[in-house]
Amino acid sequence: MATTLHERRSAKRRSKGLSYNPNRPVWKEPASPFYNSIKGLIIGGITLSIVLPILLVVSTSLADDKQLLAAGGFVLWPTHPTLAAYQTIFSSDFMFRALGVSAFITAVGTVLALFITITMAYATSRPVMFGRPVLLLVLFTLLFAPGLIPMFLMVKQLGLLNTVWSLILPGTFAAFNFVVMRSFFMNIPTELIEAARIDGASDFMILRKVVLPLSKAVIAVVGLFYAVGFWNAFFNAMLYINDQTLYPVQLVLRNFVVQGGSMADTIGVATTPPPQSLQMAIVVIALLPILVVYPFLQKHFNKGVITGAIKG
Amino acid sequence: MSQIQQESAREQAVADDRPSEARVTKGLRRAKPAGKVLSHDGLPVRKISWKTRLRRDRQMLLMMIPGVLFLALFFYIPILGNVIAFQDYQPFLGITGSDWVGLQNFVDLYFNPDFWVALRNTIVLALWQLLLFFPVPLGLALIVDSLISTKIRRWFQSLVYLPHFLSWVLVIALFQQVLGGAGLVNNTLRDMGMGTIPFMTNPDTFPLLATIQLVWKDAGWAMIIFLASLAAIDGSLYEAAAADGAGRWRRMWHITLPGLRSIIVLLLILRIGDILSVGFEQFLLQHDAVGPGAAEVLDTFTYFAGVVGGGWSMGAAAGLAKGVVGALLIFAANKVAHRMGEPGIFQKKVG
Repeated sequence: MATTLHERRSAKRRSKGLSYNPNRPVWKEPASPFYNSIKGLIIGGITLSIVLPILLVVSTSLADDKQLLAAGGFVLWPTHPTLAAYQTIFSSDFMFRALGVSAFITAVGTVLALFITITMAYATSRPVMFGRPVLLLVLFTLLFAPGLIPMFLMVKQLGLLNTVWSLILPGTFAAFNFVVMRSFFMNIPTELIEAARIDGASDFMILRKVVLPLSKAVIAVVGLFYAVGFWNAFFNAMLYINDQTLYPVQLVLRNFVVQGGSMADTIGVATTPPPQSLQMAIVVIALLPILVVYPFLQKHFNKGVITGAIKG
Repeated sequence: MSQIQQESAREQAVADDRPSEARVTKGLRRAKPAGKVLSHDGLPVRKISWKTRLRRDRQMLLMMIPGVLFLALFFYIPILGNVIAFQDYQPFLGITGSDWVGLQNFVDLYFNPDFWVALRNTIVLALWQLLLFFPVPLGLALIVDSLISTKIRRWFQSLVYLPHFLSWVLVIALFQQVLGGAGLVNNTLRDMGMGTIPFMTNPDTFPLLATIQLVWKDAGWAMIIFLASLAAIDGSLYEAAAADGAGRWRRMWHITLPGLRSIIVLLLILRIGDILSVGFEQFLLQHDAVGPGAAEVLDTFTYFAGVVGGGWSMGAAAGLAKGVVGALLIFAANKVAHRMGEPGIFQKKVG
């Protein structure tokens, strides 16, 4: 056919009753096919670079021995999917424990973090005695970091080494999330708060009954930022924890996959599937929670970051 | 961020929603002399004693306690703990029992070749990141913004934010599966009879690899800020330019890029101010694979020399040096931003 892509598209549109692409602004000229194909290549390439590793990992974890041996270790699509790798991993305790530890840290950490951040953000968002100095104290943390070694000594001093609290407490306040939340609180119209105060509400009641219901979106965003931070942390576990039963998922992932440590002792099963599928199974287990939760959250993240970036 | 500016503007211009400040409106009374608190319409306001204010604000003050306690425990006291950088700290002697050695640790640091390797790597990696990682989100934003179909735009954006939420452990693991010695690419090369390429274990190409990893992980996320700025550019400017005959590229040069100038300058300056923080977990994870010659940065040096090696004071000295220089750089970068007429992170307090 001698028609260009543009002509074919215009014909299709015309058959629907339109003579132009309604999404394109009037002043914009339609792009040449060359330009469009370059754009398409870039977008396609990026998409592939993200989807391919994830697909690879999931497929290898589901592939059976024969295909793995034949392919030399990596498959893009399992011809006879099997859950053997997952069965082996879950046959021993260590993965359940790691998942439990990570879940505990994330849940408790996020609740504590939200508590501290909301109270601090609200208290510094109104003209309050000591409000200004406290605000400066918080903003100063953006400038300077205490350093790895003093933090380690502090955690040791508090007796938290080798406990799960060393993975929770240091992460319960992040100045960036504080700023996002405070911006939001400052934009709540004072009329609402004045009205509540005229009705006799105390500060705590105002926070609970007026401010929080209005802030559900921001709280969701900030909570998710914190939750992702807690779930993904691995170095603090490496630094503070020696007890193997307290290892979070990320540390397990590092030990067995990135470092390629032997799983034989931990799993202790006579016949195991090939190590690649076991490793990939661990990767998938670490990946799954984020993948599952992600679609519901990504629109919240988008809004939250823009609020923080522009208002902050 | 203009917290401080907003704060002072608020206190002077916005009606206080706390009712204990009653308005005194005796008709013939003149405005009180400067120094007294005035409400926004210029009428005098009764000044309150600090005791009353304390009583009035007691619940808010209670609210601030958990946060302040946290900051004290996990930020300010550890900062004081940096004093061990000036001591010969022995764990069983504690801070009070260890000898004071003044600047000796810093001198030792100066003569420690590993420190210079770490510093060199930090700067090299920072420069690579600046050259490669900084423009990519900008280019991505321009491409995404020029996509006409909103459906594709939304799908692509969702996809490209995803790697940001993966941990570095996952990211390195994924890279290993594709580029590692036993990974997909090398397996395919081996099957085709060609030799393998040591993508992830070659110390000479490590800065490129590290930057590619960073781009893969965070470029989509960094794109958001640029997309928001692009959306803020007035659409009628484009229309007028097109009416005057400006083509696609001229419009970009004369409207889009100048519109992004503020945010580009701000981010660039902040990035330079932050130059010593190139990352930590990413390099710790690959430390064994490429060796410390390529993967050691200031933060990993602090970890290995200090925690693992037991040289607490030297590690603290390195961390302190990095922290102080980093703070100075951020401050200087902020000043430069002010000089260029852009708002920085910390603004001077107004009035």
